[in-house]
Amino acid sequence: MSLSAKDKAAVKAFWAKVSGKAGDIGTDALSRMLVVYPQTKTYFSHWKDLSPGSAPVKKHGMTVMNGVGDAVSKIDDLSAGLLSLSELHAFTLRVDPANFKILSHNILVVMAIMFPEDFTPEVHVAMDKFLAALARALSEKYR
Amino acid sequence: MVKWTDKERSTVASVWEKIDIDEIGPQALARILIVYPWTERYFGTFGDIFTATAVLNNDKVAAHGKVVMKALDKAVKNIDNIRGTYADLSRLHYETLRVDPDTFKLLADCITITVACKLKSALSPQVQATWQKFLSAVVDAMSSQYE
Repeated sequence: MSLSAKDKAAVKAFWAKVSGKAGDIGTDALSRMLVVYPQTKTYFSHWKDLSPGSAPVKKHGMTVMNGVGDAVSKIDDLSAGLLSLSELHAFTLRVDPANFKILSHNILVVMAIMFPEDFTPEVHVAMDKFLAALARALSEKYR
Repeated sequence: MVKWTDKERSTVASVWEKIDIDEIGPQALARILIVYPWTERYFGTFGDIFTATAVLNNDKVAAHGKVVMKALDKAVKNIDNIRGTYADLSRLHYETLRVDPDTFKLLADCITITVACKLKSALSPQVQATWQKFLSAVVDAMSSQYE
């Protein structure tokens, strides 16, 4: 399930539309992940406040979306482009890769909420494939 | 048995009353065929469902989307016994339709995304959590007769 030229074009076009709201998207997606999938809270026990829209959630939401934006620019070679991020997740953060799917789902939900007219089924499938490819690249260094 | 608080019951009811079955059904079914194209295998009699445009203009897809959402209405109205309510439907999908139960999870996600487009910020994180808990119970019930 690799990204076709059409998928890449759709991802880039949609990202161009939404990247201005990257911070809001990240905050909302992370907030939802922590509420809807409480098991994910185990990774953030060092945060004072895990409630939706809290300061650490906002800050980290931006960090995550900066990573997504970076991945969009490296869409032609995600494995190479995300090498150091993969090492970070594999050796330092040690996030179970099953959680990438969970965060991806919540990013898609937020995109549907914030951009209902633009998040057509065609954009949906391209973004779903892209986030899955991103997750695969992030998992590269795990074992 | 899935347990529901009063708050959860009213949340599911309030989401349900905000959506039009005839609008959401076709959209959700179209999304699963476009986003997860291998699900086309279950709709051999629907004609052209092989491009996004074809799916979005297909009358049989739209009609069947409404059928699916009407069935979901039964789950909303029988939230304390979704398993019992769906026993026959589950058996049908296993024995006759031979649907891979992983498909139910995919459709649930497509329904959530479609509802998100409609409800927008009314689908708050808490409401999303309750809605997904409801859909998980539905997916469970649909898989219950598979053995």
